Amino acid sequence: MRLNHHPILPIDREERFRFTFNGQKLDAYPGETIAAALFAHGIRTFGYHPRDGSPQGIYCANGQCAQCLVIADGKPVKACMTLVRPGMRVDPADGLPELPRVSVPPPMKEVERIRVPALVIGGGPAGMSAAIELGATGIRTLLVDDKHRLGGKLVLQTHRFFGSRDAVYAGTRGIDIATRLDREVRAQPSVEVWLNSTALAVYSDHVVGVLRAGREYVLVAPEVLLVACGARERSLLFKGNTLPGVYGAGAFQTLVNRDLVRAADRLFIVGGGNVGLIAGYHALQAGIEVVGLVEALPECGGYKVHRDKLARLGVPIYTSHTILSANGHDGVESVTIAQVDERFRPVPGTEKTFPCDTVLVAVGLDPADEFYRKAHEFGMRAFVAGDAQEIAEASAAIFSGRIAGRRIAQALGQPGVEIPLEWERMAEILKSKPGQRGAPPPPPVGDVFPVLHCHEEIPCNPCASVCPQGLIRIDPEDIRRRPQYVPTGGNACLGCERCVVVCPGLAITLVDFRRDQQNATVTVPFELGAEAVREGDRVTAVDVAGEDLGPVAVTGVRTSPRNDRTVLVKLLVPRRVATCVAGIRLRARPQPAALPRPVERLGDDEILCRCERVTVGEVRALIRRGFRDMNEIKAVTRAGMGACGGKTCGPLLRRLFREEGIPLEEVTDYVPRPLFMEAPLALFAGAEETGDE
Amino acid sequence: MGDGAYDVVIIGAGSVGTPAALFLAQAGLDVLVLDRLPSVGQGSNKAAIGGIRATHSDPAKIRLAQRTIEILASWEETHGQDIEWRSGGYVFVAYTPREERILKDLLVVQHAYGLGIEWLDAKALLEIVPDLNPRGLIGGTYSPGDGHCSPLLACHAFYDEARRKGASFRFGEQVTGIELREGRVRAVRSNEDCYETPVVINAAGPWARAVGNLVGLDHPVQPDSHEAGVTEPVTHFLDPMVVDIRPAPGSSNYYFHQLASGQIAFCITPQPPIVGEDCRETSGFLPMVARRMVDLMPRLANLRVRRTWRGLYPMTPDGSPLVGWAQEIEGYAMAIGMCGQGVMLGPGLGELLARMITGTLVPEDQEVLGILSPYREFAAQEALR
Repeated sequence: MRLNHHPILPIDREERFRFTFNGQKLDAYPGETIAAALFAHGIRTFGYHPRDGSPQGIYCANGQCAQCLVIADGKPVKACMTLVRPGMRVDPADGLPELPRVSVPPPMKEVERIRVPALVIGGGPAGMSAAIELGATGIRTLLVDDKHRLGGKLVLQTHRFFGSRDAVYAGTRGIDIATRLDREVRAQPSVEVWLNSTALAVYSDHVVGVLRAGREYVLVAPEVLLVACGARERSLLFKGNTLPGVYGAGAFQTLVNRDLVRAADRLFIVGGGNVGLIAGYHALQAGIEVVGLVEALPECGGYKVHRDKLARLGVPIYTSHTILSANGHDGVESVTIAQVDERFRPVPGTEKTFPCDTVLVAVGLDPADEFYRKAHEFGMRAFVAGDAQEIAEASAAIFSGRIAGRRIAQALGQPGVEIPLEWERMAEILKSKPGQRGAPPPPPVGDVFPVLHCHEEIPCNPCASVCPQGLIRIDPEDIRRRPQYVPTGGNACLGCERCVVVCPGLAITLVDFRRDQQNATVTVPFELGAEAVREGDRVTAVDVAGEDLGPVAVTGVRTSPRNDRTVLVKLLVPRRVATCVAGIRLRARPQPAALPRPVERLGDDEILCRCERVTVGEVRALIRRGFRDMNEIKAVTRAGMGACGGKTCGPLLRRLFREEGIPLEEVTDYVPRPLFMEAPLALFAGAEETGDE
Repeated sequence: MGDGAYDVVIIGAGSVGTPAALFLAQAGLDVLVLDRLPSVGQGSNKAAIGGIRATHSDPAKIRLAQRTIEILASWEETHGQDIEWRSGGYVFVAYTPREERILKDLLVVQHAYGLGIEWLDAKALLEIVPDLNPRGLIGGTYSPGDGHCSPLLACHAFYDEARRKGASFRFGEQVTGIELREGRVRAVRSNEDCYETPVVINAAGPWARAVGNLVGLDHPVQPDSHEAGVTEPVTHFLDPMVVDIRPAPGSSNYYFHQLASGQIAFCITPQPPIVGEDCRETSGFLPMVARRMVDLMPRLANLRVRRTWRGLYPMTPDGSPLVGWAQEIEGYAMAIGMCGQGVMLGPGLGELLARMITGTLVPEDQEVLGILSPYREFAAQEALR
């Protein structure tokens, strides 16, 4: 199903057209990927694996794996990266594809070689920020990105950003930051942008092979290279881990927030870091039920404000729990979880199974830094920025991109380019993980005041910068400090609500006794759309962690262009609990009930290498036989030989070694080889069109 | 293990050393294989694309490769391990009178050795390889008895079988010295240990020269690098290995075949050669090989390349291996300079080495060893390396 309204994202579709899948006529809209168009029709099994006939579908939605292979007009393509076209004939990849017959070689020209002072791979927050800095110094820069628009993962982020308001657009939504940075990049006359252009390899002769606009292979020789390719999602080993419906949280956000399809009805999330928490919130914004979230640690690792947002909307969070299996035949039908002991082993007897159709894996990210490592090995002048350098928030990526841009300008001998010291410091601060949690301070007194439900040290300061009276303070030297409301003589809270609107964590309310000393008007921020709640409704007030505080009346719903899609809901709340209210729950959410008996998936069908369908059992047996060279495991099992080139199974295999008690110093890693992504021979041959008959 | 003595120590667990270990162990000898890399076949073996042909023009190579084919073709039946042997043959294509002449000249020698290879005109050749570009095609040779296997699986199968027969392998060990006493091999020293043995076989592939230097010998083996690649898998459409020996700027020939797994593996021979041990990927390879492949077989245009790599060909002055005992040092044997044909010569050669070391050579072996003698006069290169 497609999303037809969304509280944050504009939905603006052009005229629809038809394509076919497996002979069935389906509609699609311009700009949709094949994957999105299929999901829009509830199709999530795209084919069957040649090795074992297992159903295949979306996994990364990011062009990294190859699980979404389909045959489009006779050619095998990745459904997540290929735009659907009117009249396109799409067929499932059932077994090995047949290579289309071609009788005459296509016209081939010499592969173009171009020189450029600076090449930036990756048009996300880091790459765009670097390109802007390079453009500002007039350095000729080429920015290549494999997607159809700039922004990287920013385009998936409907929430307001944390970070510093002065430095990195904190308080602005990710999608809007993407638009702004895009505009700034395009305003630089010396910056050229190639979209839909995948970097395929960094070669030892200091040349980068780029598939320009998906249809022409170009060799780019930069004087300096910046790798800003972001990150890739870690995979996880559990039974049923490759069933269609199990995919990365980033993949889910792509389908929902970029492609605007309702990719799931009932969702279960594995991992309580920021990625999993935010994906859960995005699901709720898209009207998708979140059945639950498991986190193996005793606490979620993400920002507490993100966790609380989910909890307030009624999502059960199971800490010290893990996933045992995703269950189903052609796709996910349920998930089985269990409690874990202090050594993260499942505790027998604690298994619970919940019906759901989708399992999101959000167990962390790894830098996509292979181009940088190659460039470094080959002695190229190269820099790395953003998540490719170190996994952190997008705000940190913006900063590290800026710094890298200036460093490149310096490396190219541009005079007068300096990197302010405070940039370096800000970059460090923005990368910090959540720090200390403090006890909530006693509630303020007065007739009108904000309550800051933000008790954890995170790098974020928009609240402090919007208060017209200057009453919200965060140590200006270190924005990780907790905010404090400090009413000082003469200056009183005006009740302007700006802090309520701007807080990315939705963690500030305004308590107002000016009309009624016994019943406060509490203003809470709300991001599920103005139509979801109306004046006069009775809703459940909840505290910061989602505990019920009782029914309250909605006395007003305010939307304003100034508030940028954040709805302000006014509640009439008894004095006793007025400062405890942090949000609302619209209806008593049915607590998702576990099935009476947990489902046990049979067989050792945890898949280590999803491209070649190699099971954990096969590989574990080899490790126990003494295999320590991942390349030997690859030679014998084919794990790592598939389309993704070990990008997915490599981290899993390393983890399996650790699980087996083998220190990684004894293990030889896969030898990394080009290409980063498969591309047709004709393009390397200098043909522009692949000449099918 | 260090206190134990071995009958033979093999330096190099690759395409040659591994099958040699199997056949020596099978002959009842106590064998140790040392390799500086972390596991079996991690040098040049894994860079090979797996073509196996007996249709050479050098009688020694023909003999060895014929035996290799017999060993590989019967491996699964004998040992139960699938090494992806496929008997798809080799096709050498001729688009100009030059190749037609070269290939037809070779047929004379090849027929003299009873090889199953014939000249096919364009029409007949297109029945074997229907997707060849028919434009300008004169014809070519077809040798249906040749084939291909997975070098990775084959090498690992020899390794498993060798260990089953009692051979020992030690990885991550760099040989640092070969100890002699009165002109005879006494022991092999590594960075880890010292192993007593009366016999050492240098099977160190591209690094054979450095091993020879340990005993003061200078083997004329110089590696150069070739580049290879593999595509995505597609349904089976190509039986034989296709070889195109037309010279073109940057390359002297290239060849490709479809693996049992459905992928096309391809390789190009750079001209002039890229001498040295550098195995880092270069930007020139794909455009060069892709152009030639798409021109020869337009159907490959839409096939997506998955991975590329470089591998080393340990070259000798005349393009043939150097095999035999050293005259200067008793107990030092060479099985080096495979010139990129270690996978197709190794198994046959392994058997011969076992007979050489156990003193059970047959008359045909003497002929092979005569041809491949490290002390031969190096004449011109073999026409089809």
